[in-house]
Order: sequence, then C-alpha cells, then structure tokens
Amino acid sequence: MRTLSARVGLALVAVTLVLAVVGPWVWGEEAVRFDPLHTLEGHSSAHWLGTDDGGRDMLARTLAATRLSVWLAFLATLIGACLGVTLGALPSVLGPRGARAVTAVINGLVAIPVLLLAMFAALVAGTGTTGAVVGIGVASAPGLARLTRTLAAGVEGADYVLAARMLGTGRLRVLTRHVLPNIAEPLILSVTASLGYALLGLATLSLLGLGVRPPEYDWGRLLHDALPRVYVDPEVIAGPALAVAVAGIGFTLVGESLARAAARAPVPPGDGEEADVPLGRSPRPGPSGALLEVRDLTVSFGGVTPVRGVSFGVAPGEVVGIVGESGSGKSLTALAVGGLVPYPGRVRGSVLLEGRPLLSLSRSELGTRLAMVFQDPMAALNPALRVGPQLAETGTVHLGLTRRSALARAVARLERTGVPGARARAHPHELSGGMRQRAVIAMGLMGDPRLIVADEPTTALDATVQRRVLDLLAEINAASGTAALLISHDIAVVSSRCSRVLVMYAGRIVEELPSDALRSARHPYTRALVASVPTLDTDRAEPLATIPGAQPAPSDVPAGCAFAPRCARATSLCTTALPAFESGVACHHPHEERPRAGEEEW
Amino acid sequence: MSRGRRAGRFVLSLGGVVVASFAMLHLIPGDPVRAALGPTAPREAVERRRAELGLDRPLLDQFLAYVGGVFRGDLGESFLSRRPAAEIVADRLPATVQLVVATMLLALAVAVPLGMWVAARTENGRGRRTDLAFTTTTGALSVIPEFLLAVGMVAVLGVTLGWLPVAGKDGAASFVMPVLALAAGPTALLARLVRVETLRELGSDYVRLARAKRLPTHRVYFRHLLPNTLTATLTTGGLLLCSLLGGSVVIEYVFQWPGLGGATVDAIVNKDYALAQAAVLVYGTVSLTVLLAVDVALGLLDPRSALRSRG
Amino acid sequence: MKDDGGLRVSGMRVRYGDLTAVDGVSFTIGKGEILGLVGESGSGKSSVGRALAGLVPYEGDVTGAGPTQMVFQDPYGSLNPRLRIGDAVAEGLGRGGTRAVRKAEGLRLLGLVGLDEGVAGRYPRELSGGQRQRVALARALGARPSLLIADEITSALDVSVQGAVLNLVRELRGRLGLSVLFVSHDLAVVRYVCDAVAVMREGRIVESGTVEHVTEHPGHEYTKALLDAVPRLR
Repeated sequence: MRTLSARVGLALVAVTLVLAVVGPWVWGEEAVRFDPLHTLEGHSSAHWLGTDDGGRDMLARTLAATRLSVWLAFLATLIGACLGVTLGALPSVLGPRGARAVTAVINGLVAIPVLLLAMFAALVAGTGTTGAVVGIGVASAPGLARLTRTLAAGVEGADYVLAARMLGTGRLRVLTRHVLPNIAEPLILSVTASLGYALLGLATLSLLGLGVRPPEYDWGRLLHDALPRVYVDPEVIAGPALAVAVAGIGFTLVGESLARAAARAPVPPGDGEEADVPLGRSPRPGPSGALLEVRDLTVSFGGVTPVRGVSFGVAPGEVVGIVGESGSGKSLTALAVGGLVPYPGRVRGSVLLEGRPLLSLSRSELGTRLAMVFQDPMAALNPALRVGPQLAETGTVHLGLTRRSALARAVARLERTGVPGARARAHPHELSGGMRQRAVIAMGLMGDPRLIVADEPTTALDATVQRRVLDLLAEINAASGTAALLISHDIAVVSSRCSRVLVMYAGRIVEELPSDALRSARHPYTRALVASVPTLDTDRAEPLATIPGAQPAPSDVPAGCAFAPRCARATSLCTTALPAFESGVACHHPHEERPRAGEEEW
Repeated sequence: MSRGRRAGRFVLSLGGVVVASFAMLHLIPGDPVRAALGPTAPREAVERRRAELGLDRPLLDQFLAYVGGVFRGDLGESFLSRRPAAEIVADRLPATVQLVVATMLLALAVAVPLGMWVAARTENGRGRRTDLAFTTTTGALSVIPEFLLAVGMVAVLGVTLGWLPVAGKDGAASFVMPVLALAAGPTALLARLVRVETLRELGSDYVRLARAKRLPTHRVYFRHLLPNTLTATLTTGGLLLCSLLGGSVVIEYVFQWPGLGGATVDAIVNKDYALAQAAVLVYGTVSLTVLLAVDVALGLLDPRSALRSRG
Repeated sequence: MKDDGGLRVSGMRVRYGDLTAVDGVSFTIGKGEILGLVGESGSGKSSVGRALAGLVPYEGDVTGAGPTQMVFQDPYGSLNPRLRIGDAVAEGLGRGGTRAVRKAEGLRLLGLVGLDEGVAGRYPRELSGGQRQRVALARALGARPSLLIADEITSALDVSVQGAVLNLVRELRGRLGLSVLFVSHDLAVVRYVCDAVAVMREGRIVESGTVEHVTEHPGHEYTKALLDAVPRLR
C-alpha cells in the first residue's frame, strides 16, 4: 500500500513540477490571447475545454497557471513552516512558565478552523495574492507548531535529555543536539504534506475571490471565474479542477506515505518462510489424568519461532512454575495454553485440558474452567466499566445467571479475594494495584476454574503486595484444589510458591525439577541463574555471579544448544547437536545429580 | 481537567476571540474606512464615517465600547448595507448550523461503525484486502478538497443528471449534496482515527482478558471496546469536527447556501470590516462551543475524567 | 555513618502541587559510601534522587553534595538514538580540550566501565540493555561527579546481566572513591551493593543504619514486613 500510494503521489508530483517549469513557456502566449469572437464557449475541437469571457483557451490557461499555483503554495508553506516550527520549538528554550504559556497559545490556535484563520489573516494582510499567501501560511502554522511541540515534548521527556541537562548542557544546545535531530524526519515529511494542503487552500481562497486577482491567474482563480458557468458548460471547470486535484493530492500522498514509512517500525516478516524447528525430545507429558497436558507446543510468527516444542503437564491441584528471562517464550506459552495467541501467530502441537483438546471445548466451558491473570492489573480491567459488572459478565454469559444473581456472585467472589464487596461499584482506577489484581483473580473465580494461568501476576506490584497476592493464590489452591501455572522471571517467586519448576531458555524447556532442588540444578543455565540472583544471604565479599553474553533473540536462535555460547561447559558437540530432554534436563554435559532423599527420576 | 478549569479556559478563550476580532480591524494596514469607501470617496465622507464608527477615539475607549456592545448583542453595523451586523448573523447563522450539525451527525454515524468494523477485520495485519481498500478510499477522500467534490457533484448529479437541486436551501433534497461534499473528508479522517484507536484498544490487556473470559465477540466489541474507542476518538476528533466550520464556508459558496459563510466571503471581498469582525466573533464562539461540547461529552463517557473533575 | 565532608541532607521536602512526595528526610552519605534508599512505589525514594540531581525543586538543606550525576532506570530511554556512543559519553566532558583529548578521555571512560573501544563508533540500538547501562554510567562519570545517583538502574535488566552492573557499581566506588545514592525497591540487591540503607515509606525515612544491622536486626515493623516479603529461594 505505502509503495503504491507513494508511487502514485510521486508520479502526480513529477507531472506537476514539469508543468510548472515548462507551462508558461509553452502555453503562456495562448493562455492570454484574446479572441472576442469565441468568448464563453463550451467544448469544441479548437478549444477542448472551452474558452473564458475573453475567448482565451481554458486548457492553455490551466496548464500555464501551474507555475504560479505551485510557486504560491511553496511560499505559503515556507511561511507556515518558519512560523510553525519556531513557535513549536520556542517552549523548548523558554523556562517552564513561558513554555506552558506558549503551549497553551498553540493549543488555542489549533482549535481555529484552518480556512477561517486563512480568510481572516488574508483580510488583515490585504486581499489579493499577498493576502492569500500570508493567510494560508499563517493558517498552516498552528498545526505545524503543535506537531513540533508534541514531538519535542516527547523527546524532552526522555531520560537522555535529563541526563544532558544534568551534564550542564544548555537549553539551546539540548534543542539542537538532542531534540531537533530526533524530530527532524517527521517534521520535514509533514511540511511536504502541508505543501499539498497549501495548494488546495490557496485554490480555495482564489475560488472564493479572496486570492489571486486578474490579470494574474492561478487554478483557484480559473475555478472562480468558471464556477457560474458550471450549470451550462460543466466541462469548462474540468481543467483547473483536475489540475488542483492532481497537484494537491500528489504532494499530500507523497508527504503522508513517506511519513508513514518513516513512522513504521520494520515490519516483521508476515508470510516469511516457516522456520523448521527441530523439536528434540521434550519432557515426558504429565501422568495420565493430568489436568493440563501440553505436547510439542510450537508458536511461530512468520519466520520467527519464539516457542519451540514445549511439553509439560499439570496435575489436578498442582502449582507449577515456569521461569525464564525476557525472550524465553514463557509468556507466549501461557497465551497458547489459554488459546489466546494473537494472529498471525501459528500454534502447533496440542494442549489438552482435562484430556480434551482446547479447541473442542465450548466457550462456556473454557470461560468457567480456565482463568487467566496478566501482569498489569491496571490494563487488565476495562477502565470504562465498573468492577462488579465486569465480573458479573461471566455469570450472565456463561452460567445463565440473572444480572442480579450474577452481581451477587461477583460481590461474593470479590470478598473471597479480599476486596470489600462495596468496591464492586468502583471504577478500576479507584482501586489500588493490589486490589485490582485481586479483582482480576476474583473474575477468574466466577466460574469454577480448575486451572489458573498467571503470567507475571505480581511483577507490577510492590513486594509486600506481591506477597499478599501470592498468598491469595496459594490459599485458593489449598481451599479449592485449583491448579495453577505460575509464570515469572523471578526464580525466587517461582521456587517459593510452586512444587515443580520448568526452566525456559530461548523457547525451550531446558530443565524440569522440584523447586526445592533448584540449588542443585543440573543444567548449567539453571545453576548460573540461581547463582546470579542476589538474596538476603548472598556473600557480600564476593562479586556477584553473572552469565556472560545474552539470550539469543527468537529470530536468531543458533543450532545445537542455545545456551552453548554462554556456557563454560560447552563443547563442540553443544554447538551442533540439540541436546535431548532426558531425565529432567536438556544438556549434553549436565552437572552431576546430587541425590535427594526420597526422589528418584528414573 | 476540573470543571472549574474547563469553564475558566472557555471564558479565557472567548476573551481571546473578542480581543482578536477587535484587533483585526486595527491590524489592517492603512485606513480601513478609506479602503472600504474606495480611493475616490471625498475626504470629508471618510472622516465623517470614521467619527460615526468611533475610530477617532482613543484605542482603549474603542475597545471598551466594543466589549460593551458585544455584551449587549450589538456587533456594530455593516459598512455596506448599514444593517446591524447582529441581525445579519441572526439571519444567516441557522442555515450554517443546520448544515454543520447534519454533517457532524453523518460523519459520526458512518465513521465510528466503519472504523471499528475495519479494525476488527484487520487486527494484527490480517485482512490485507480490506485494509488496502479502506486506506485507499479514505486516503483519497481525505485529500480531495470539499469544493472539488462539490463542483463535481453539481456537474454530475445536478446539471448532467438533474437528480438534485444545484443551489439554495429548499427542503431535504437540497441538503444532500452540500452535506455529502462537506462530510466526505472528515468522515474519512474520522474513520481512520476510529480504526487506529480501536486497533490500539484491541491490543490492550482488558480485551485480552475479555477474550480469556470467552465472551461472545459482539460483547467484546460493543460493551468493552466501544466506550473506550469513543473517548479516544473524540479526544483527537473534536478538532476535526470543529474544522467542518471552515469547510462549510466553501460549500455555502458553491451551493449558494444562505448561511453565514457566504455572507462572510462577501464581507471580506467588499471590505465590509464590521461584518467580518462579527463573523470572526461568531465563528470563534461556535468553534469554542463545539470543543466544549466534545469536552463535556468526554467527561460523561470517561469515568476517569469524571473523577478528575470531582476532585 | 562517617562524617568526613560527605553529603548531608536535612529536612528535605519535595512537593508536586498538593502532593508531598518527600516529607522531611535527613541522611548523610560519607565519601566513598553507598547508601541504599529502599521503599515501595510512592514512597518518595525516586523523588529524593531527582531532587539531589537538581531535576525537581526541593526545600531543606543539602551540603557537601559536590558535582552530582544520575543514571536512570530505563536503558532504552537514557541514550539519544541519534548519537554514537562515543559522542554520548563525550557529552559529559564539557567543551574544553581538543577533539583528540576528548576522544581519548571518552575511550578511557568506556574502558572504566568494561566496554571495549569498538563500542564508541556504534549507536545505542546496537547495544544490549546491560551495555547501555554501562554507557550511561560512563557518561555520568565523565563529569567527574563526587555523588552518583543510581535510580533503579538494574530493575529493567534480566537477572543474568544485573549482576555485572551491580559488580561494576561496587568496583567503581572502590576505584574512584565515589559516593553513591542507590535507589531501589529490591532489598536483596540493596543489601548486596550498599554499605548503609535507609528505608522510606510515605515520604519519610522510617529506619536507617548499616546494611548488616538493618537486614539482620530490623527495628521498624515496616522494615520487617519488607524483609519478610522478599521471596526466598527454597
């Protein structure tokens, strides 16, 4: 799309510019040649688009008018850009109070309809060509000023500008060194687009008789003169109308499609080649009778595969943790378990809930047996709806309850999770972060969930609140036997709350172990991860353990073991062959197992 | 924003409009009376007219007299027809308001459902063809100026086919072309805006959670998305609706609509500064009122801003 | 706490409109000492840091602050995407000296934070989060601060790279004799990095002392609750 509209725009602009250069030379004379015998004629073979009141050829006049029309638009844009960018950049060099005042003025000016502003500015500047150019220039300034201000304010909020200010860089230098370079691109592009709007605006003013006056003529003036004749010879208006459309649309399209191209982040390959991901041998699926069973789950987006053959099970009433750093694929795994992977993600493998494929379950079954909790409780509740009715929905939609009894159930569930029932009438923003997360959990309890999938449920919360929310989940688990899949980047959170932990790295499960065995983990990654977490009894005399390098992005996971480049135990085997998942670990050179009492894996 | 601050800003902006309309007459280079009466008018006539208009008095006196007049509903007297400007405005304004309100309603009624529907069809880059058709059509409509559409419609629907009246305001049929021509651009832009906002909301966690709750699709859209999309759209779309006023001037001119726009153009062409002054005042006040109405509507739609205005 | 001409803050207040974010806070940081400021969101800990950095106005007395620099939480927002790393680091060097001298100094700073010279010619987008935080540290050190404010500098980083940045802070303190105000929500991290700690709640300091003392024998209920809430590896 953007290439198409950019191409069309470029073609239109090219035609316009060529005509602007050659127009007056080629058709200039014909355009002003009086012919008293053929005034006000319609279409004929001599005059395709008819003649005006002086018998002058309309087609020739249209083509010859290109130069003046484009030139005036250019001047108006120049005025608008100078005024607008200066005004918009002014707050950046003023003190806070001056900045606020100027910003308020800009916001006020933007509210004035552009054409009206242009008309009155033209009136003040004197009607005629000058008035029109100044008018359109002045009228386009507020929009550019606001754009400049918005962009500049965005950059000024960035930490690097704060850092520069602390290093003693002056306001003007911050503007030229940090702000302008970061906003120049969108600014230049919108100035290009505003060239198109200036052209159309000038044509409008001339059409209204407020612009170019005879004997000069631009497209708008030609339209003005031809307009009364549209009822008799509609074709006489076609020339200038088409010319305005071609040039105006051309410039706007070029400016806007370039701006879009610049604003758009590189698009991820949509229909790229599906990467062929070796599945390897995954953990054995859970025991039969598992509540949740995931087999060879793979999630891919075009050519990128963030989840690569994940298998695990959750027994009824069990709390299982998935731990991994950002980019490990843990959150997508959670979404896939919930059947919520967004388009165009492709999910392969199988997810069974109570032995039945997720896809075969009805909406109501899924909506009542599976609960999801996400990271940011503010975003997870609809800001426009009261909390109670948001919860009650599940009751009316899936359980066939009346609104009243659904609401009563909602209040009961809120109280069950420690939210005072009266808060059911509150809007989400009136609750604290912890309360909101409780409300989200209460929402999941509206049905009779067998499994709660909680993706970083406490990451956005304070430590003391985090603890209480985790306690709540544990209490629900203990009281109702609701199983949970707890996903977190925090290995301590997972280990303190789960019986079993799955460690993910670069889209795969690399180790599965009881959470009390984390300190004696066998996979080098798990070990290093555990060692790098500072705890309340870390030895302060020693440097903290770290893992060199970084986890590979989903798009460039290497062949073999993905952890090999960061691993001290890696051999050439590790970089070529994918380690199979055997007896709880996917590693060619695992650490020795330290036997634990009463536990035997094979 | 609190109610008090909103009211305060409205009053302050109105004051700005009054000052601007007053200043306009005095910013005109040279003598506006001379410009209005023409270079051949005798000097005594110009002086007499200046005295009549009070232009020979000190600036502050003139300003106070002007403000006093505005409060009494006296907007001065047309230079040309010598009719009170307020009377001309009262004659002409209703037709403009009818045109603009009809256009706004049409724009909202088409843009909101269309934008949401397209967003639903093209979420996360699916529905490439719908996307292409929508962006091309709205893109074209948003850059074609209203007067071209108007002239084109007059030529085709009015003159060639003779389906609709080509000019004047006379019954429902006479509204069709002006409203369509005026609505096309803003509708296209608004529909794009609605789509962008809907797409943004579709990516939010509460929609994900509503889907996790397995709510039926229509419930997700109408109950969960619509209020949020509308607030987001109106926040930026208010100015767009306001800009309709500018377009209405051209449309009135092309269709010889008996509104304020035509009168304003005539006033400017004929250098009837008093009437132009009155037009600035009226258009400014109407724009501000539209923006205030949008603000109030937002306050009603968005519980967060309601809370803020209580606080 | 030592009293050797280090930073002394007394009765600091920070207000945003009607909200009092910091309500009469006093503390000292000795030369070469790292003071951890812990608290939950809304406790005012970041406001103290911003006030000392001169980014927000405050009331109260601050003596012995000397040149102050700050490193921010978000490694992605703290570097200008249009400036090469070398230029970003040189920003702190002032405009004195020849180009060559400043370039050499920039390279020295990069070396100080454990980055190799090749990084100087690269743009921020080519660097990982941990590397960016090192650059931000180098840039701040270029201004030769006597006080460094580190505002949640590792909370946006993954655990496996966090350690390297924490080690670097400790190492720099030892090598440059820098005083550091280390603002964090994470008690375990603060315990590891800092010499002393002050616990903030609702704009006030509820408890302060050496790290060992506060973490092992907390006196205030709130400190106990915070310590209790730290998830522990089983």
